[in-house]
Amino acid sequence: MKSPLRSLTVTAAALLLAACGGQDPGKDQAAGPVTIDYWLWDTAQQPQYQACADAFHKANPQYTVKITQYGWDDYWNTLTTAFVSGTAPDVFTGHLSQYPQFAAQGQLLPISDLVTRDKVDLSIYQDGLADLWVAKDGKRYGLPKDFDTVAVIYNTEKLKKAGIKPEEMAGLTWNPQDGGTYEDVIAKLTVDVNGKRGDEPGFDKKHVATYGLGLGGAGAAFGQTEWSMYTMSNGWRYGDRNPWPTRFNYADPKFKETIKWFTSLIDKGYMPGMEIVSSGVSQIDVYGAGKYAMTTEGSWNTKTYWALKGVKSALAPTPIGPSGKRASLFNGLADNISASTDNPDAAWAWTKFLASPACQEEIVAKQAVVFPAVKTATAKAEQAFADAGIDVKPFTTHLKEGTTHLAPIAEHWADITSIMTETMESIFARKSDVNSLDEANNRINALFG
Amino acid sequence: MTSETVHAAPRPTREDASRGAHPPPLRRLGDLPVAVMFVLPAAVGFAAFYLWPALRGLYLSLTKYNVLTPPRFVGLENYERILGDHLFWNALKVTAEYVMINIGAQTVISVLLAVLMHRLTRSLVVRGVVLLPFLVANVVVALVWFWMLDYQLGVVNHALDWLGLDRVAFFGDSALAIPTIAMVNTWRHIGYTALLIFAGLQMIPRSVYEAAALDGASEWRTFWRITLPLLRPVMALVLVLTVIGSFQVFDTVAVTTGGGPINATRVIYFYIYDLAFNRFNFGYAAALSSVLFVLLAGIAYLQLRLSRTGESDLKGA
Repeated sequence: MKSPLRSLTVTAAALLLAACGGQDPGKDQAAGPVTIDYWLWDTAQQPQYQACADAFHKANPQYTVKITQYGWDDYWNTLTTAFVSGTAPDVFTGHLSQYPQFAAQGQLLPISDLVTRDKVDLSIYQDGLADLWVAKDGKRYGLPKDFDTVAVIYNTEKLKKAGIKPEEMAGLTWNPQDGGTYEDVIAKLTVDVNGKRGDEPGFDKKHVATYGLGLGGAGAAFGQTEWSMYTMSNGWRYGDRNPWPTRFNYADPKFKETIKWFTSLIDKGYMPGMEIVSSGVSQIDVYGAGKYAMTTEGSWNTKTYWALKGVKSALAPTPIGPSGKRASLFNGLADNISASTDNPDAAWAWTKFLASPACQEEIVAKQAVVFPAVKTATAKAEQAFADAGIDVKPFTTHLKEGTTHLAPIAEHWADITSIMTETMESIFARKSDVNSLDEANNRINALFG
Repeated sequence: MTSETVHAAPRPTREDASRGAHPPPLRRLGDLPVAVMFVLPAAVGFAAFYLWPALRGLYLSLTKYNVLTPPRFVGLENYERILGDHLFWNALKVTAEYVMINIGAQTVISVLLAVLMHRLTRSLVVRGVVLLPFLVANVVVALVWFWMLDYQLGVVNHALDWLGLDRVAFFGDSALAIPTIAMVNTWRHIGYTALLIFAGLQMIPRSVYEAAALDGASEWRTFWRITLPLLRPVMALVLVLTVIGSFQVFDTVAVTTGGGPINATRVIYFYIYDLAFNRFNFGYAAALSSVLFVLLAGIAYLQLRLSRTGESDLKGA
């Protein structure tokens, strides 16, 4: 009985060692064809990454990439369950709001050493993007693949009818006192059911046919496309530092006065309230139906707007705020490698390829869906958008003017989101005033001890 | 093998003789292996998919657990946290509101439909049509209503506009969101509930109605004095099932309001889901589930006791 048991133990130990050896990306893998499982959530981006996968396979015939797409709502649940059951993909598209907790729980493969070993040049990316993927433990978990900013999208027909020239749209300013020329434009674009405009006497704010400015939601703790371009051009910042803040500023007077002005647009009938916004279809659909003259949107949705039938759109930069500058959040995606991958070498090779000019500049930029993270690819992407009839300068102007602000990366983000969702929804439903932010901010700071 | 076990049993015993009657107790014992075999598949399923997860859930409710790292035992900390969690109490309130509106409307309309089907028509087509909404998936029903009731583009609000009435933000107004969701689910479920009640109606002997008719009782009086009392056992069962089902409302909320606006539709199941799968708070979510289990068991028990499900008024008649 003893010897079979011992041999069994030895075999098990050998297997374990082999398994551990497999975890070390430095070691050479057994040659032979390897299939890399890759997950993403955006259907619009699947074709461009399939093209990258084909190019990658051509250059490395031993590797085949299998792409699986899950909708955003299912993506993170599916991924979590896959981590638990050991069926996680080798590589997957990561998000700044999600990767810190996966990294903290040891689910992601740090790539700092690989980046050093292969001398990956981090200066080819738009400034700051690469820093976003170094977690609190000081290790790198991703290489930037794209970036996004925010701009105003407007209905050109409605602008013409309101007698506003497209040139005016590029120089709009706002302030928390009277809203500036930005609010003037919003008022002019708002039309009630009797055809009266928002700046005309007798305007019926209770029966609005077209809102000057659409609204996607209350923005929770992020407000990326809802209010961040106002709060940040008013000199406000999310926390005491970024990334990894330990104190948040949602009770700051600058934040409060901005939100107070922004929600006053609801009271004036220029922008729909929370009840209307959360009652059914999405902002894009309502804009497509001609009920919004303008919306603030992220660059990743540009193509979707241009695909809407019956409306012609154009872009304008977000307005200049009291700080004298515009502002836009600067966010980007990267690919993460699962710590449990069977083929760390293959996974790293694919990740490196996705982050390379060969994929980003030669393939992704030409598809005109997102802006690649590689600096030299931006001009190509602008050209590709222009070829599709879209002038995307209002998005990229933030890079030239240096008015981008890196998206907040923090621990406890899910809890912060939960607290801010109820607080902001209440403010946007006009059920509580901005002073309710004091308590919310205290609760958030209490999360950090 | 089966027939062997069955036939091996009969042998007169003392007890058998003293009672001088069947069935012999030993024979019952002899049936046991067969019975076990019949019950086994269900029992295994029950143990693997209900009992074990339930026990594990109970254990997890005493831990801090985020699925990806091993659970850490924290005793009753999660349960203490429930007491001070305003979202939990809000969830209970919102769920109770939903159940009351949903069950109230659903039961009244279903009984009405069932009685109409019973007294007026035998048409299979009518029965089919009544059941139709139930055949559509919950999520589809929820989304279609969500779009139809949209404030700006929804067809219902266009109709209100056309009638000269003010538009209504059915899903977006925190005061209307729960009633709206309750009505949507009522619309989907009345047909099914009505059929269950209809089956109960068919068990009431025709003679009772004939007697009532001979006595000159009106249709209204017949309904209150005969139909409803004799329907009680079926109604009790239907209510237990629908109330528990109603407490478990989740998908309609998940695909429409997502708990909003401002927690107005954050029903208990959605809150538990949100805690576990969005915020990775599995330990705390398990504690909430355990509390909910006790609550539901209590409600079901009370319902069965109060409505005397086991008895029928037909026996006395």
